[in-house]
Amino acid sequence: MEPVIELDKVDAGYPGATILKNVSFDVLKGEVFALLGTSGCGKSTIMKHMIGLNPVLGGKLKVCGMEWSDRTRARLCRKIGVMYQSGALFGNMNCLENVMLPLEEFSRLGRKARRERAMALLADVELADAAQKMPAEISGGMRKRVAIARAMALDPEVVFLDEPSAGLDPVTSASLDNLILKLKSEKAMTFVVVTHELPSIFKIADRCAMFDKSRQAMIALGVPAELKERSEDPFVRNFFSRGECHV
Amino acid sequence: MALFDSMGRRWLALFKGFHGNLSFLGETTKEWLGMLVHPGRFRFGDAALAFERAAFDGLPICGGIGFLLGVILSFQSAAALQQFGVEIYVSDLITIGLFRELGPLVTAIILAGRSGSAFAAEIGTMKVDEELDALTTMGLPPVRFLVMPRVAAAILAMPILTIFAELAGLVGGAIVLEMMNVPNAVFWRHVAATADTFMILFGLGKACLFGLLVGLVGCSAGMRTQNTADGVGRAATAAVVGGIVSIALADGILAVICYAWNL
Repeated sequence: MEPVIELDKVDAGYPGATILKNVSFDVLKGEVFALLGTSGCGKSTIMKHMIGLNPVLGGKLKVCGMEWSDRTRARLCRKIGVMYQSGALFGNMNCLENVMLPLEEFSRLGRKARRERAMALLADVELADAAQKMPAEISGGMRKRVAIARAMALDPEVVFLDEPSAGLDPVTSASLDNLILKLKSEKAMTFVVVTHELPSIFKIADRCAMFDKSRQAMIALGVPAELKERSEDPFVRNFFSRGECHV
Repeated sequence: MALFDSMGRRWLALFKGFHGNLSFLGETTKEWLGMLVHPGRFRFGDAALAFERAAFDGLPICGGIGFLLGVILSFQSAAALQQFGVEIYVSDLITIGLFRELGPLVTAIILAGRSGSAFAAEIGTMKVDEELDALTTMGLPPVRFLVMPRVAAAILAMPILTIFAELAGLVGGAIVLEMMNVPNAVFWRHVAATADTFMILFGLGKACLFGLLVGLVGCSAGMRTQNTADGVGRAATAAVVGGIVSIALADGILAVICYAWNL
């Protein structure tokens, strides 16, 4: 499988504050790739570099074969979709309008076709009934589903999910995991998921990368179940063994 | 050492603020120029909503303050002019005062307090909720989406609010002078004779400029909101303070220009 995202010796962080050094891995087309680690280890920072919000401090990062720059930004933005932790839906638009927004700006579809496409996306995330509701009127889990629908509006090559399980009860969290698996199989999309929820990792992730705050480095890369069984790093074993009761 | 450290930090913060404002201004100018080429990109719906909130919802407060301003100006000036038996010239004074200076100035201060802070709070909350990041990653510039409709609304709202405040001020003046036995007809005749077209247009031009400043400062404060517990509150405060300071500065510069060019 070809890589959709390539990181080559990337230093991650903010100007004056390096969080991770020398991070290298590829995300392959069609896989669910999880970024793991404890809070503050830099997994969200790595994601912010991948989605072009912050420039990398060093090394090379390519998304769909391109590095982020002013010249490539417009093209790259159409190749990615992002679901933020809070959903980040626009409060003055209803769910349907939120999903239609990227279509209005970038697609050449007519108004009726845009509406139909947005309704189909909402149906994909099982929220067609909530199309006319405002974000404030729906639950946190529903907001995240609408955000996933919006992220998929332009048929991106890769969808980023920032802590999809955060703040959700186990049942809602499991249903969101099922949704990700359904979308992966039906649409053959690539997902990059930032999470530290072990049940979710074992259920949805094909591969994962784990980061350690104290070593400022990526400490593991591979299939979660294999890492749990075979990793020689005590930090990795400890991280995965904490989730045994849930698996 | 602590003093130098503190001074250094303050200067650095000041420089960062200046740099942030300058990049914001550059980005906004770029978007406005882009809009001239693609006018269809302008978010008319968002601008209409912001205009409704800034203009129509602001009419009662602007009318009320304008009326009181007219009453106060009339009482204060009448006390002096009555000694010479020329209290009729109170109408000339409040006409010039309101149309040239106080109408746009006071309305702009009200707009900074009402709408400037609202712009900062709305955009700031969106920033904290990652909505600005969402726009950026969708390839939609936040300036085009959030700033331009609000700035346009503030520019368009100011003349309407200013005219309303000025008229309310004149009504206040008319009532006071009526109490001082100056007939209403005489008052309004003096107003019509004093208020020339240039004076009215100059005042409205100033109002538009102040609206631009209030909009820009409010939105800029919102865009620079820190992701902290008091971030949005600080942004709203910065919008009001920055708005009023920029209005006063611009008014001062205009006063000097008017004096130099004898306008």
